[in-house]
Parts: sequence; structure tokens; C-alpha cells
Amino acid sequence: MSSNQKFTPHSWPDHPEKATAEGKNKVTGFWLFLGGETVLFATLFATYLALKDKGPSGMKFTSQELFELPLAFVMTMLLLTSSLTSVYAMYHMKSYNFKAMQAWLSITVLLGLGFLGLEIYEFTEYVHEGFGFSQSAFSTSFFTLVGTHGVHVVIGLVWITLLMLRNSKRGLDLYNAPKYYLASLYWHFIDVVWVFIFTVVYLMGVM
Amino acid sequence: MSSVATKKKGLGAHIWDYITTVDHKKIAHLYLVAGTLFFVIGGIEAMLIRIQLAKPDNDFLSAGLFNEVMTMHGTTMIFLAAMPLVFAFMNAIVPLQIGARDVAFPFLNSLGFWLFLFGGVFLNLSWFFTGAPDAGWTSYASLSLMSPGHGIDFYALGLQISGAGTLISGINFLVTIINMRAPGMTYMRMPLFTWTAFVASALILFAFPPLTIGLFFMIFDRMFSGNFFVHTMGGNTIIWEHLFWIFGHPEVYILILPAFGIFSEIFATFSRKRLFGYPSMVFATILIGFLGFMVWAHHMFTVGLGPTANAIFSVATMAIAVPTGMKIFNWLMTMWGGSIKITTPMLYALGFIPSFVAGGVTGIMQASAPLDYQLHDSYFIVAHFHYVIVGGVVLALFAGAHYYWPIMFNQMLNETLGKITFVFFFVGFHLTFFLQHFLGLMGMPRRVAVFKAGQGLDLFNFISTIGAFLMAIGVIILVINVIITAIKGVPAGRDPWEDGRTLEWAIPQPIPFYNFKQTPLIRGLDPYWIEKMDGNKEGMLYAEPLSDIHMPNNSFIPVVMSFGFFVAAFGAMFHQETSWGLYVLIGGLAITALGMIYRSVKDDHGYYIKKEDLLDDKGGKH
Repeated sequence: MSSNQKFTPHSWPDHPEKATAEGKNKVTGFWLFLGGETVLFATLFATYLALKDKGPSGMKFTSQELFELPLAFVMTMLLLTSSLTSVYAMYHMKSYNFKAMQAWLSITVLLGLGFLGLEIYEFTEYVHEGFGFSQSAFSTSFFTLVGTHGVHVVIGLVWITLLMLRNSKRGLDLYNAPKYYLASLYWHFIDVVWVFIFTVVYLMGVM
Repeated sequence: MSSVATKKKGLGAHIWDYITTVDHKKIAHLYLVAGTLFFVIGGIEAMLIRIQLAKPDNDFLSAGLFNEVMTMHGTTMIFLAAMPLVFAFMNAIVPLQIGARDVAFPFLNSLGFWLFLFGGVFLNLSWFFTGAPDAGWTSYASLSLMSPGHGIDFYALGLQISGAGTLISGINFLVTIINMRAPGMTYMRMPLFTWTAFVASALILFAFPPLTIGLFFMIFDRMFSGNFFVHTMGGNTIIWEHLFWIFGHPEVYILILPAFGIFSEIFATFSRKRLFGYPSMVFATILIGFLGFMVWAHHMFTVGLGPTANAIFSVATMAIAVPTGMKIFNWLMTMWGGSIKITTPMLYALGFIPSFVAGGVTGIMQASAPLDYQLHDSYFIVAHFHYVIVGGVVLALFAGAHYYWPIMFNQMLNETLGKITFVFFFVGFHLTFFLQHFLGLMGMPRRVAVFKAGQGLDLFNFISTIGAFLMAIGVIILVINVIITAIKGVPAGRDPWEDGRTLEWAIPQPIPFYNFKQTPLIRGLDPYWIEKMDGNKEGMLYAEPLSDIHMPNNSFIPVVMSFGFFVAAFGAMFHQETSWGLYVLIGGLAITALGMIYRSVKDDHGYYIKKEDLLDDKGGKH
């Protein structure tokens, strides 16, 4: 199937992301990439747990007094909702409704920006309180774990925004359908990682 | 770029073609050339080590310089020579063996190569700045954090860049093998080299992220005042050891599995028999890949993880001997009753079995934790891992070079010179490393710059150095062989060994850039052999009618993106002592990001070779 063919909702394939050989390869490759990313984050989590609350003698910060659940809860809700809206976007991608897909993706991006804003606020607060990157092994591993996730959020936002801008005029075809699909997969992955961060860092931190 | 038929090209056009190529066969050439270059550099470093240790109390190299040479020898050989040379064969052979047009992501294939090259060049530039890394190829954090100058920074940043390239290539080969096999090529009909490339790629996918993270920790600690390994700040240096070996142990299987694959092809071809126990070979490959992740702590028996951990890792390590033993016996049984032809590749394969078994047996010795306490950090270890890496991987690379040369360059290397190379290299190898077992048992520690006279170490060290020179002579003869063959330029044609069994030998030479004109139909294991036995003169049956072929465009962006990381690495290294470092870091990352964005935003649909053109041009046949 040619990738620049024009479609109607009727002729649009059931799995547009896998309708071309390139798309099929991209989906397989991206799942494998996410497998590697999982190991990457697992390594960061293991290190964080090993270095949690470790610091120079007389360190005043521990996870128990540092983390606040309300903020982390709001962030979690923002990101979980953004994952849901990206599911809606993919639903419309599959039913060849370009405008609705773009609209849901815009909402996804806005929710992601909200999350990112809160994360930046949280980090600056910590730094103001004296809990900087170099303050202790605990702080280094915390900022590296949560910061790596934050960098993933930034990349995901830039990616989805670029996709929306690039394709705003020409609509859906089999060339860009896999791109949208992968971006949404990536966004789900970021969300799943955050669920683990919320559990391991924040919930287990305040317990 | 829509150049399909540019027949006569100048040198500049050729170079530009190689810089921008996305063709797996040309990328294989690039990997081969770059890998050989680093192999020679690493080899020179090895010779320096052996010259320094030729006699007691030698002052040929200072202790500091020796540490740098020793570190760079290990790092270069593993990351910049062995890995890319394995990738050279994977690129050249795997798509042909499964009947694919190219790899799944030609652009990423090119990106993987350029990342590796820029990372490798960056690492070796350390010699011209404040000195090379000097904490051993394992770069244990307790040592490397204390290392003055920028040596370790070069190590961490350079390996980070080339490691990203390796990860990308690993994913690429996984997808290629999963999705792009020709009709009829089921998993259990895949040639063993493709199987081993597949499992090795899976190991890359899961082993490289821990290295990436470990290197980031090192970068943060050394350049951005992090505290991962800083004990006084609550850090823990053992974390580096774990992360390094969670990567490092699978890494040796990433190298040895494709080596097993090459030898499996050679044994079957030159015994003119189907590979014995093919399903068990596949099973053993997968099992080795799986167990490879379960044994990393056997490098850390003396760290003090406790008897329980040591016992578990001890047993797991010994278990790996089972699938490896299966392979050895399968190779022997392949030869049994075969009509054996002693060619250069077959000589290497025959030499490999006793050499690798010796390396395996010493491995089992070290798997026993109590004994490992005695052997740890001695020359016994040096002897062991050179027996498996040189006796396994390097012999496979040399065998593969002779065996696959006609596929890669449509020329045959000279057999006589090939056999002379083998004799020098093989004798030199055993002379160098066999006695090092005894040096280790006699108490000589590894990584020492000087040993004292009168301890009974003089003779064996001297003989070891002589062996190293014999190996160097072998390599020089190989290079001469390559040059002579290139000058003669006699085309090898299709199936020059006359006993090719797998698909890569069925393709006409020189191989057209689109590979098979029509996707071949696979009717069983060793598909080309089956067609030959059926008297099929054409080569293969085809699975599809002749039709337009979709090809990817060349691209310069991989070079730009890799260059961006290269620039950014300099920025990261110097940002603490200079005012411009931070801007260079951001600028470099921006170059890479812009390359990525350009690639994403600009449509690249590739182009089509028309059916009529395929009919006119016989695809470069004969």
C-alpha cells in the first residue's frame, strides 16, 4: 500500500499504523525501544532505592519530611488524564477523524505542560530549601530519576507538538499515522513510569 | 537525492556516497574499515604493554603511561574493534541471509555507525589532551573518580556516544529479523549466524541501558558535582560495579554469540553437511543469552556480597557451560563423517575449538568462588579472557573476513597467505597467553607496569612478548593479503567456495544495491543448498513477480546528529573550567536536536526502481 494515497473514513484501514511495511517496522522497533527504556528506568529506580535518604553525616533532608503528597497527587492526575486524552486521540486517528484527533492531542499537550510546570515548581522549591542536586547522594539520585522522567516529558511534548504542526494542513495518511501512534505509545510509557515514581518515590517516601 | 544510476563517479562522489549511504552493504564496509583501524590502534597498545613487560624492571613506559595504554587497549578492543567488526558482518550478511532488501531502518543503521565512529574518535582524542583514561576498561568508580585530568571524562562521554549507536543498531537488527524475513524463512529455518545476531541484538537491547545509566552517573559525578559514587556524601561505589557488570557480562556474549554463528556457518559449509543438531544450537544460543544476564556478580566475588550471593552466581555461571558444551559437540558432530575441505576459514574454525574450550575450562575454574579469591586480579584472569575473546571472537572475525570477503568485496583473499596468517596468529596467540595462566598461578597480578627480577617471572613474560610479535606479524600478513587482493581485483563471482548453503551465496555478484531482484522463496534450512540439490541453475525460486523496488534515500543527517553529540561532549567536559563549555554543550545538543527535527519534519518517502529498469539492467550480474 502506497504511503501517500488519499483516504476516506470508509477506506481507511483498521490498523493504519501497521498498514505499511515501514509502519509495521516502526511499531515493532518502538516496542523494543520501550523495552530498553524500561531497563533504563529500572536501573534508575534501583539506584534511587539504594541511595534513598543517604547523605553526608548530619544531613537534614529525608524523604519523609521532604515530599508532599498533595502536589504529587495533582501531578499524577494531570499525567494520567493526559494519557486518557491521548487514547481518545488515537481512537479518532483510527476512525480517520483528523480534527478530533488534533483537538485531543492539544488537550494532551496542555495537560502535559501543566504537569511539567508543577514539576519545575517542585524542583525549584527543593533547591530553595537547600535540597540541591549536589546536596547528597539522595538528592542526586532523586533529581536524576525524576529529572530523567521530566526530560522524557519534554521530548514527548515537543514530539507531539511538532507532529500536530507539521501535519495540520495535510491531514492523516499512512505516512504519518505510525508517527502519531508511536508518539502516543511513548506518552503512555511516560505515564506508566510516573505511576512507579509516584509509588516508589512519593508514596513510599512519606510512609 | 534521487540518483539511481550514476555509473562513473569521481573519488569525491564515492566518499560522499559512503558518508551519506544507508545501504547495509556499504555500512558494513564502513564498520569493517573503522573497526580495523581501531583494532590496529588497540593492537599497537597491546604491543606496547608486551614490550614493557618483556623484561623485569623495565622502564620503557612510565607507570602512569602504562595505565593509560592498558586501559585504552581494553576499551578500544572491546568497544571500538570487536563490536564494530561483529557489526560489519551482521550488516553485510544478515539481510542477505534472510532475503531482505535492507535492514528495517536504513537511516538508523547509518546513524548507529556514525555515533560509534564519533564516540570512538572522541575517546581516542584523549591522547592529545590531558591524557587517556587510566582506570582500566572497567573504570571502577573508587579509582576513576580520583583520576586527575580529563581521561575518565573522555571514557565516559566517548562510550556514551558510541553506546547509543550500538543500542540503535541492536534494535534495528531485531526488527529486521522479526519483520523482514523472506517468505518461507521461518524462525527455525534461519541460518545460525542470523540466529546468533538476533540473540546478540536482544542482549544489546537489555544490556546497554544499564551501561548508559552507569556512564551518566560517572558523567554527573565527575562533571556536574553529583554524588552517586562519593562515599562521604552517602554515595556507593559498588553501584558502578554492579551496573558495569550487568552490562559487561552480557557484552562478552554479545561478542561471542555472533562468533559462534560465523563458525557454525563455516563448519557446515566446509564439512559439506547440514549443521548437526540445528534446533539444539538455536536452543543453546537462546539459553546462553538468557543465562548471560544471571551471572554478572561472578566478576565481584571478592567484593564481599556474602556467601549466599556468591553461591548463587557461582552455580549460574557453571550452568552456562552446558549450552556452550552442546555447541562444541554439535560442531564436532557436524564434521563427523563430513567431506571436509581445509580452507583458511576452516583452519580458524578448527583452531577455535581447542582454544575456546581452554578458555571455557578456566572460566569454570573461576566460577568456583573460593578458587576465584585466589585467581582474582591475577594474570590467570588475563589469560582466561584472552582465550575466550581472542580464541573465540578474534579467530571468528579473521575466519569471517576470509569466508565472507567474496560477499563483501566480490574478491577472494589469497588462500596461501591466509593460511600463513593463521599459523603466525594461532601460534603467537597460544605462546602469548598460555603461559600467562602460570604467571597468574605464580602470583603475578594483572595491570602491573613493572615486575621484579628474581621471582621466576622473567622467562614466561619474555616468551609471552615473543608470541605477541608473532600475532602482529600474522595481522600484517593479513593486511598485505587484503592489499594484494584489492590490487589484483579478480572478481570472485557467485558462490566462490562452491559449497555455499545459505541465501547469501545465492545472490549474483557484484551484489546489486537492492539485493535480490525478486524476493526468494525459502523451502527449508540451507535454502541455496536445497536448490542446488534440485538442480536449479537460476539460484533460487522466487516468491513474487518482478515489480518496482522501493528504496530509501541517502542522508547526511546521521553525520550531523552524531557530530552534535561529539561537540556537546567537549562542552560537558570543559564546562567547569571554562566560560564557553556550557554554551558548547547546549550548542552541540541543539545541532543533534535540529538534525532530529529536520528528519522528522521533512518527508522522506524514498524512491522506486522501475520494473523496466530492472529488466534492462541485469542487476549487475556477471
